[in-house]
Amino acid sequence: MNGEELTEQETALYDRQIRVWGVDAQRRLSKSHVFVSGLKGTVIEFCKNIVLAGVGSLTLNDDNPVTEEALAANFLIPFDENMGGGGSLAELCCDSLKDFNPMVHVSVEKGDLSSFDVDFFEKFDVVVISCCSLAAKKSVNEKCRKLSKRVAFYTVDCRDSCGEIFVDLQKYAYAKKKADETVECQLQYPSFEEAIAIPWRSLPKRVSKLYFAMRVVERFEEVERRKPGETSIEDLPNVLKLRNELCLAHSLNESQIPDALLERLVASTKEFPPVSAVLGGILGQEVIKAISGKGDPLKNFFFFDAVDGKGLIEDISTS
Amino acid sequence: MASVQQLSAIKDAKVLMVGAGGIGCELLKTLALSGFQDIHIIDMDTIEVSNLNRQFLFRQSHVGQSKAKVARDAVLRFRPKINIKSYHANVKDSNFNVDFFKQFSVVLNGLDNLDARRHVNRLCLAADVPLVESGTTGFLGQVTVHIKGKTECYECQPKPAPKTYPVCTITSTPSKFVHCIVWAKDLLFAKLFGDKNQDNDLNVRSNDTATSSEHSEDIFEPRKDEDIQQYANRIYDHVFGHNIQTALSNEETWKNRNKPRPIYVKDVLSDEPIQQNGNVDKLLANDNLSSLSAMAYLGLKNPQDIWSLKENSRVFFAALKLFFSKRQKEIGNLTFDKDDPLAVEFVTAAANIRAASFNIPLHSLFEAKGIAGNIVHAVATTNAIIAGLIVIEAIKVLQNDAKNCRMTYCLQHPSRKMLLMPVEPFEPNKSCYVCSETPLLLEVNTNRAKLRDLVEKVVTSKLGMSLPLIAHGSGLLYEVGDDLGKDEVANYEANLEKVLSELPYAITGGTIITVEDLQQELVCNINIKHREEFDEEKEPDGMVLHGWTPAPAAENNKEATDNNGASTSSTSKPASADVMEADDELSIVEPGVETLPAGGKKRKLSDVPNSEAPIDEKRAKKIPEKNDGDDVIVMLDDGNDDDITAS
Ligand SMILES: [Zn+2]
Repeated sequence: MNGEELTEQETALYDRQIRVWGVDAQRRLSKSHVFVSGLKGTVIEFCKNIVLAGVGSLTLNDDNPVTEEALAANFLIPFDENMGGGGSLAELCCDSLKDFNPMVHVSVEKGDLSSFDVDFFEKFDVVVISCCSLAAKKSVNEKCRKLSKRVAFYTVDCRDSCGEIFVDLQKYAYAKKKADETVECQLQYPSFEEAIAIPWRSLPKRVSKLYFAMRVVERFEEVERRKPGETSIEDLPNVLKLRNELCLAHSLNESQIPDALLERLVASTKEFPPVSAVLGGILGQEVIKAISGKGDPLKNFFFFDAVDGKGLIEDISTS
Repeated sequence: MASVQQLSAIKDAKVLMVGAGGIGCELLKTLALSGFQDIHIIDMDTIEVSNLNRQFLFRQSHVGQSKAKVARDAVLRFRPKINIKSYHANVKDSNFNVDFFKQFSVVLNGLDNLDARRHVNRLCLAADVPLVESGTTGFLGQVTVHIKGKTECYECQPKPAPKTYPVCTITSTPSKFVHCIVWAKDLLFAKLFGDKNQDNDLNVRSNDTATSSEHSEDIFEPRKDEDIQQYANRIYDHVFGHNIQTALSNEETWKNRNKPRPIYVKDVLSDEPIQQNGNVDKLLANDNLSSLSAMAYLGLKNPQDIWSLKENSRVFFAALKLFFSKRQKEIGNLTFDKDDPLAVEFVTAAANIRAASFNIPLHSLFEAKGIAGNIVHAVATTNAIIAGLIVIEAIKVLQNDAKNCRMTYCLQHPSRKMLLMPVEPFEPNKSCYVCSETPLLLEVNTNRAKLRDLVEKVVTSKLGMSLPLIAHGSGLLYEVGDDLGKDEVANYEANLEKVLSELPYAITGGTIITVEDLQQELVCNINIKHREEFDEEKEPDGMVLHGWTPAPAAENNKEATDNNGASTSSTSKPASADVMEADDELSIVEPGVETLPAGGKKRKLSDVPNSEAPIDEKRAKKIPEKNDGDDVIVMLDDGNDDDITAS
């Protein structure tokens, strides 16, 4: 402790959560800086959660205009027939989020995600990106990794009633409580690019089918130069074809990536709000863990499918 | 996104939400985003500052206003075209009867107390409306689905009751800090500032032999010739010094225990004699009663600090004197309130001084307040996750897809890779007194117990009835209601004071009585069995009810360890019976051993200190999960069925 104490106002506001994670964690949270890009429903859920938790600052990036579809998934923007009068999604969300917790500095960063250089990310402790291309995921992840300080990197995506979270904490040490003793633990995370390059046949048996399905769809969008989520049921035959090719290349049985699952992911790409709530909650918890150093962080993928109701952690790494 | 069938089920649904707190705010938002059009919401609470860290529909400016109403307004701002009806009311109010419940397609609970949960469960059974129940505590949460005849009801499995402690542990042999808190709050605080006519065990045990009880009564009356300081010194020396000294004389007690040490004012504050009088004068200049604080005056700032014995003693004196000088009018009527800073300071200080006596580690005001107030441990993320899961289950219920409904646990540590673990719902418990017609059995001394005992100790507390009617055959013995005539009321009042065997329709061994709650439409038969003797410590009610499953006693559990991940290091966190989202107040309960389905391993509850809702328990070696081809069979542990709870 560096002698800085929480203010009386903070103590009163955060009382219930300090009882969960402690004053130290709360203090670390209030000094942390978080960047998010891609403000669809899931990321908005996440933003709400960490603003309430009391991070130091939150920077929002999404220049997209407010559309009817964006409004439908959004509880931050008051209903307005004029679609917010021309402001960007980030600008309109910013106003509401500030309101949630006056102690958090919420601001907007304009610009295309791919235009931010390595130095830009140095300002942050946590970077969360969503609704972006495979290339953007790889590139932002690499930029974060080039910095001398650790910037925790996350991606989150929700399609239909399925979701995926990826976590890269690089080298992460934490104290794990085991029975009565505390053990020093170290985790080594692969980058997104490294993780998805691992040959499928060398992955543990019973890896969630969603992992493979998401890779197929992601690859399809890249090959076809689609924007994230820009698919429809008409694409299914080509997606299945790609699935077969990938399975062949990886020596994986095609049944591991069922047609029905791919159909769901391709046909309806809107986020299902209850699933966004679940993913935004899990992601919020993980980010809080990483900032506070309390609790076992997940390594390195999380999957949720409302159809079977399981929220699964998968370790896709070589270490 | 949702299929066409799902969308139509959602659009046509009329949903009742009970609770607009931590889970409720998240739930109302997620329901609205998911396309629900007609939502009714009941909550009797008003907004407090400590809600704002997670109940995101509320702002500082809403403090003091109705949760249900503010939540409604907030959601209408982004979904103006849907229908949301708010009720700032208690769900137990009589207008929320079976007919009221029948209008809904599904009921969603985000409640904070066992009593209301049981009540809603019964109304849902009576109205035959499916119920989705939920609870969270810290990072843990659960969602369960209750459909009459298809799955167990909320009360098919035992629910933990608030932990109570044997009187002698509190008065004579405390071994944990929570015992000192109970002593400071329920005995000393109540004795000094509460209703003088209430029973109070404060002196009884420590003075059985030495002093008569009348004598000890006098101790707490201020004498005519003494000032506040003298009075405070006398109380201090009596409760921390003399009483301990007296207790020490009972050698038997200390054979296998560490002896406590008496603490007197002169030993602790010898270097600062009467000087405190001057301090008090300065304190007294402050006219703002709500901000009266012993800490502020003494220059103690950080509620996280653990005070020394000396500091605790100073706080004790300052708080006591402030009560007697500035809040004189309230004395005699005060009950402990976690939101009364002076009361919290007093209880913290008194508990710590007692802890010092008994060589128990001292605690900070922050921790003491949490224990004394049974304060919930709550974070936004868990509530958001649980609310999402509630909506997912509700949509299945609305599509009549009961076979795919799941109960889902949100875990802090993954079990078989799962952070969110779905489990198949259990079938109704055939001997559940709520959803089956199995009679209960009551052992009671019918020649000694009065009807009042039966009503208070069984019908209202254990069976959770609010408008009970008791009958023996066709003879009415007792009834509550607004529409009773004067004669009836007088008659029933008279019955309350009669012993069971002397009632107009005598209750004796072999009698079957009927107990009914007209609002809940719940009827139970109770077989009466006469029994002469009851063990005072183990069966303090003087009667034993079978068939009703009491909370598993937590008393014999091992000490709770430090809680994992949380800052609070107290050894005993109150985990109360039911978790509450809304907040607090419950009698103190002790953390039991948690048996969340962590891969079949038990974990201690200590990392789940206190909570927003009941984490219910797992039981049975049932195979929970139906698998879709791959993996995972989870064996649930039933070794110890203590529930988590919390409050
Ligand atoms: Zn039942």
